[in-house]
Amino acid sequence: MVSHGRWGHWQSWGLEALAMDQKGFRRGSFQSATSDEDMLEIAGASMDFSMADDDPPLDREMGGFSSYNGGGMNGTSTMMDFLEEPLPGVGTYEDFNTIDWVREKSRDRDRHREITNRSKESTWALLHSVSDAFSGWLLMLLIGLLAGSLAGLIDISAHWMTDLKEGVCLAGFWFNHEHCCWKSNTTFTDRDKCPEWKSWSQLILGHGEGAFAYILNYLMYVIWALMFSLLAVLLVKGFAPYACGSGIPEIKTILSGFIIRGYLGKWTLVIKTITLVLAVSSGLSLGKEGPLVHVACCCGNILCHLFTKYRKNEAKRREVLSAAAAAGVSVAFGAPIGGVLFSLEEVSYYFPLKTLWRSFFAALVAAFTLRSINPFGNSRLVLFYVEFHMPWHLLELVPFILLGIFGGLWGAFFIRSNIAWCRRRKTTRLGKYPVLEVIVVTAITAILAFPNEYTRMSTSELISELFNDCGILDSSKLCEYVNDFNSTKGDDLPDRAAGPGVYTAMWQLALALIMKVFITIFTFGMKVPSGLFIPSMAVGAIAGRLLGVAVEQLAFYHHDWAIFSGWCSPGADCITPGLYAMVGAAACLGGVTRMTVSLVVIMFELTGGLEYIVPLMAAAMTSKWVADAIGREGIYDAHIRLNGYPFLEAKEEFSHKTRAMDVMRPRKSDPPLTVITQDTMTVEDVETIVTSTTYSGYPVVVSRASQRLVGFVLRRDLIISIENARKKQDGIVSTSIICFTDYCPPLPPSSPSVLKLRSILDLSPFTVTDETPMEIVVDIFRKLGLRQCLVTHNGKLLGIITKKDVLKHIAQMANQDPDSILFN
Amino acid sequence: MAARGARLCSLLLLAALAGLGAEAKNSEDVRCKCICPPYKDHSGHIYNKNVSQKDCDCLHVVEPMPVPGPDVEAYCLRCECKYEERSSVTIKVTIIIYLSILGLLLLYMVYLTLVEPILKRRLLGHSQLIQSDEDIGDQQPFANAHDVLARSRSRANVLNKVEYAQQRWKLQVQEQRKSVFDRHVVLS
Repeated sequence: MVSHGRWGHWQSWGLEALAMDQKGFRRGSFQSATSDEDMLEIAGASMDFSMADDDPPLDREMGGFSSYNGGGMNGTSTMMDFLEEPLPGVGTYEDFNTIDWVREKSRDRDRHREITNRSKESTWALLHSVSDAFSGWLLMLLIGLLAGSLAGLIDISAHWMTDLKEGVCLAGFWFNHEHCCWKSNTTFTDRDKCPEWKSWSQLILGHGEGAFAYILNYLMYVIWALMFSLLAVLLVKGFAPYACGSGIPEIKTILSGFIIRGYLGKWTLVIKTITLVLAVSSGLSLGKEGPLVHVACCCGNILCHLFTKYRKNEAKRREVLSAAAAAGVSVAFGAPIGGVLFSLEEVSYYFPLKTLWRSFFAALVAAFTLRSINPFGNSRLVLFYVEFHMPWHLLELVPFILLGIFGGLWGAFFIRSNIAWCRRRKTTRLGKYPVLEVIVVTAITAILAFPNEYTRMSTSELISELFNDCGILDSSKLCEYVNDFNSTKGDDLPDRAAGPGVYTAMWQLALALIMKVFITIFTFGMKVPSGLFIPSMAVGAIAGRLLGVAVEQLAFYHHDWAIFSGWCSPGADCITPGLYAMVGAAACLGGVTRMTVSLVVIMFELTGGLEYIVPLMAAAMTSKWVADAIGREGIYDAHIRLNGYPFLEAKEEFSHKTRAMDVMRPRKSDPPLTVITQDTMTVEDVETIVTSTTYSGYPVVVSRASQRLVGFVLRRDLIISIENARKKQDGIVSTSIICFTDYCPPLPPSSPSVLKLRSILDLSPFTVTDETPMEIVVDIFRKLGLRQCLVTHNGKLLGIITKKDVLKHIAQMANQDPDSILFN
Repeated sequence: MAARGARLCSLLLLAALAGLGAEAKNSEDVRCKCICPPYKDHSGHIYNKNVSQKDCDCLHVVEPMPVPGPDVEAYCLRCECKYEERSSVTIKVTIIIYLSILGLLLLYMVYLTLVEPILKRRLLGHSQLIQSDEDIGDQQPFANAHDVLARSRSRANVLNKVEYAQQRWKLQVQEQRKSVFDRHVVLS
């Protein structure tokens, strides 16, 4: 290679950027293993290259399970010219790689243009174009139906199994406690007891009172909890290891263009649904909202295979996945608008306006389906829907902001400790015993949870009770105020002095708070499906209720103080502890996930009214500011960074003054840039390059001397095309010339025939000059979704910048470890 | 093809479940629940009765009325009556579906871990693909394609198809397990 000018000393460049060079980590073999596996599928029988565990598409390009004889394709005469039909396999991506957004979008536009042009020809083509436009809406409808049904299944089963730890219903084993006692008349104070529901000690011993019965109940509770969690982790480990965890960090990465094959597949869906119920029922401190988003995205991905438009195009598929994520949150909280905003704010990367309307449609259909299944028996979608509309006073903003500060502090603390624990699980021997870890954590949780009634009940029920405003009709311990029955006006009870029940409840709740704060750190991230929303809301709700009762009692006993006398006269109902619980829940959830708008909208859709928007916003903003002051990332971004996914954060500004030439590869000490020439290399040369390097793509230049750029070709496409040509085309041997141009140079008649690979060459790769500031380069990568960008100097190819280089550079600038970026 | 049919079937089943929920109105599944708090020296009580929605108020449901005539109105003002519906059929069907899927998965897991190795040992050489399980490793991309192509022509009937699909699925699960549990690359 001739080097000239000031670049002469840059002899040894290298495209390390594209290689997986993690020390202590045999990524190279893994990468080739995956490409081999995909090659197995392409050249082998099933042609299943798009999603590894999905059904092969029913296209005529497929050879079925018999040999890939290409007979179904365009016949042998046009084999030489690949311009008409792309080979199956060309244009698909390898596992753990980033897609090329620009290519996918332009392919979709081409397809759409072709359909529109053809629609003028015949009625059939017109119908085809109409159905093509309609297919998106039909897909959204199906996703909503499936997501809603699955959410109903999960809700009903989780409810039943949670109660199974405590007893069983004799009137029909499928009823949980509440439904078992539905028909019978119960007393006011003992409204939970009915003759049909028998606790385990009642079944085994015949009576439910006494120390021995208590111990037996305790034992049965722990045994059931252990059994459920053991089943869950065994199923996850045995059938679908991708079903563990929350799923939202990985879905965020997938939606930004990453490919994780099998993550949104059938088996993952089934296992996640089944094991989510088991994990929630085992009493662990986790929720089901995050996994429900994963379940909904799996539904979306699976249903995409019914429509060609979405099956073949990765960019369109991600639009559908954004809408499916919105449907998932919508059924989790009964909040369709909140779901769409959550998808927009937290999960999606590119969210075109068209997707907004379709996401809303999917979320509405899902919520409607869930409502018609009616899992909670009262046409509500969420267990902790509140229905009070008590007014609040401006001075109460002070405790609300205090709750916001608490939420922010707890959020930052939780993120730090959870990431530290997960990192320990990742790097030390703790990670070698996942099943044992799950069992130990479940045992500790169950043993600590049973004695305290507020941790024994399921977390959703706890939140529901904390959100509840105490009326005359409530008989829970939390509502045991000293009542004065002579002066009551219906259900509008005044502020009263706390009775003994309230004091007991307070210290029990404080213990529950401490337990939940610490046990959730170890629970989130275990190898069972685990969500984070419900435990955070529980922590916040407990803190809020404690503060609310404290303020209420303060107002009652000191109603003559200046701050209270103006608005809180004795006998009036001024303080609503339930509202404090709600605000606390929002603050803690905001502190952990750093959600802003979507959090407020979800919370006010939960309460059904706009009265509480100002307190909720105040708390959410305060908690976000406090938490951001301590640590920049939310929990999902922190997990993305922990796993090393190639996620280019869209919200942060890059503000350093580096230039493209500082980041590009090859650097001074690296081997030269590996290029392919446009018409002088043989098949053997190219094969050597492909097998001796692990780069994902190669620039094509006019000649090694001039280094003038022609285009960019991907490794996968090269492998497939060369393999196919060797088998199908006549006369292609190792010494055949590969030609990337339209008009190949004439060769003497004795030489072997030319292999034309013009169709797989990308003729419009993005280029920047070496003096381009990195701010602009990062912006280009973000906005266009690029995977790599070529760097030129004076019109000649100089180097390449890949997304991994950009991420490493950002990490370096932020003084983080640049080697933690694992994937490409 | 069969898998797609199965998927469609399960879709229809779930849609039927949704529809079932909307339509099933077993007469036992409606109730009017009136909660009456303690009044003077009467303790609080909860009344359930199977009445229609228009009859769901204190006067129809609270029987026998614990307070004498003139006090009835005051008593009833404090009672709260709610009309509730549920579908016990939906609940029963859902729980049974869930338990059967769980049972099937457990059986399959037991089969895969215990029964299949015994069967394979007895019918040795039934399928050559078993050997290729272990050594995906560091193979050349082009050579591997040759191997598989040569092998693929011999497979024709359905049983081999199922076998092949199962082998491929096991391979995928193994890869996933390696990434998640052993190398901690994803989902740590």
